[in-house]
Amino acid sequence: MNGIHDMGGMHGFGPIELEENEPVFHEPWEGRVRAMRSTLPEVSSPYGGRFLIESIPPDLYLKSSYFERWLLAFEDALLRKGVVTAEELDEKTRFYRENPEAEVPRKGAAELAKSAVETLYTIRPTIEHDGSGIVPRFGVGDSVKVGNINISGHTRLPRYVRGKVGTVAKVYNAQGIQDHVPKSEQGPQPVYSVRFDGRELWGDEAESNHLLYMDMWESYLEPDQNTSGGSDQ
Amino acid sequence: MSGQHHGAPEPYPAIRARAIESLLVEKGLFTGDAIDAKVQAYESDIGPMNGAKIVARAWVDSGYRERLLTDGREAIAEIGFADAQGAELVVHENTREVHNVVVCTLCSCYPWAVLGLPPTWYKSFAYRSRVVIEPRKVLKEFGLELDDSVEVRVWDSNSDIRYMILPERPDGTESMSENELAELVSRDSMIGVAKVKLPAQVG
Repeated sequence: MNGIHDMGGMHGFGPIELEENEPVFHEPWEGRVRAMRSTLPEVSSPYGGRFLIESIPPDLYLKSSYFERWLLAFEDALLRKGVVTAEELDEKTRFYRENPEAEVPRKGAAELAKSAVETLYTIRPTIEHDGSGIVPRFGVGDSVKVGNINISGHTRLPRYVRGKVGTVAKVYNAQGIQDHVPKSEQGPQPVYSVRFDGRELWGDEAESNHLLYMDMWESYLEPDQNTSGGSDQ
Repeated sequence: MSGQHHGAPEPYPAIRARAIESLLVEKGLFTGDAIDAKVQAYESDIGPMNGAKIVARAWVDSGYRERLLTDGREAIAEIGFADAQGAELVVHENTREVHNVVVCTLCSCYPWAVLGLPPTWYKSFAYRSRVVIEPRKVLKEFGLELDDSVEVRVWDSNSDIRYMILPERPDGTESMSENELAELVSRDSMIGVAKVKLPAQVG
């Protein structure tokens, strides 16, 4: 999606703020959220955890910290999946606000676990990822043009390279496409490391002697018609 | 987790996270112990000390260096590290002529298996937006000024491939042991926003 998360090349975010001897987590809740979300990756399917973060409204995305975005996306996933209801969550939130000394339970009821886990797995996507026998369309050195693709769902193709011309630097093994594409287009594709010259991406504003490399699923690319010698002819 | 002490009210995300953890534990989706163990692993087991060992090995063992640059995943498995995400690991070498730096403009992709969880600046809007368009200016903010003759290669990690940088071994370290070398290697040098410095140069 052409979302706020796709920020490569944007201006206005200011200097990089560095923190000496930064802890892994600044607050204990950040670690809990990080651990909970990675313990239950299925909860985010079929959307994908990243898409849920990208779907946070832009103003909220920008004013939330990294782990606040994780929390928002996790909560969204749990609600969409029906693992918890909005009423349950609000009631429990009220409880901990009113009882700041209350402990979080350590263990739950086994009979509840069964139904909760079933809830979690009912919409699990089943995409086969067998990359064997796939022949890459492009080879190292080929000049390629990135498609002008504007998927409203999740995509790994940032805006700043769309329509740009680059050179295949490496051919990787096939990877399953992560984008929200129709079922017929899902599955593994060759992935390429594509090299772009800074000037191709940023014109006269580009810094000197600057290259950018990005991984490209094959469906992102087309042969560059303005150069000859591509292996796709 | 123990409750909040008296004083300032707990911030909303902390309360919300406790509410979620409480509900999910009650429903039996995980135990508190399981979450504790993960937090502990993030805080103590994974981290840049792992990457530093890999770099030091590559500096002292040219055969290992070759294997690392050819197939990162195999080479890190060789010394006991594996990527839990099953991701490919590609290692690029910084030299006097070529400087590589890694970013994830869309998100926060990072080679956890070797570097742990990313620092806040790596996930910041400023770094994500700027390093692809003005890498030299950004590197300067990290204290790294590169000559115009150095080719800057920025790697935007958008697929399941993870990137780590093999920094240049500093001069004057010829007599150091592998363990001593590992001590020198900073996290930032393996992301590509710094060079490895000798202790006398640090500061």
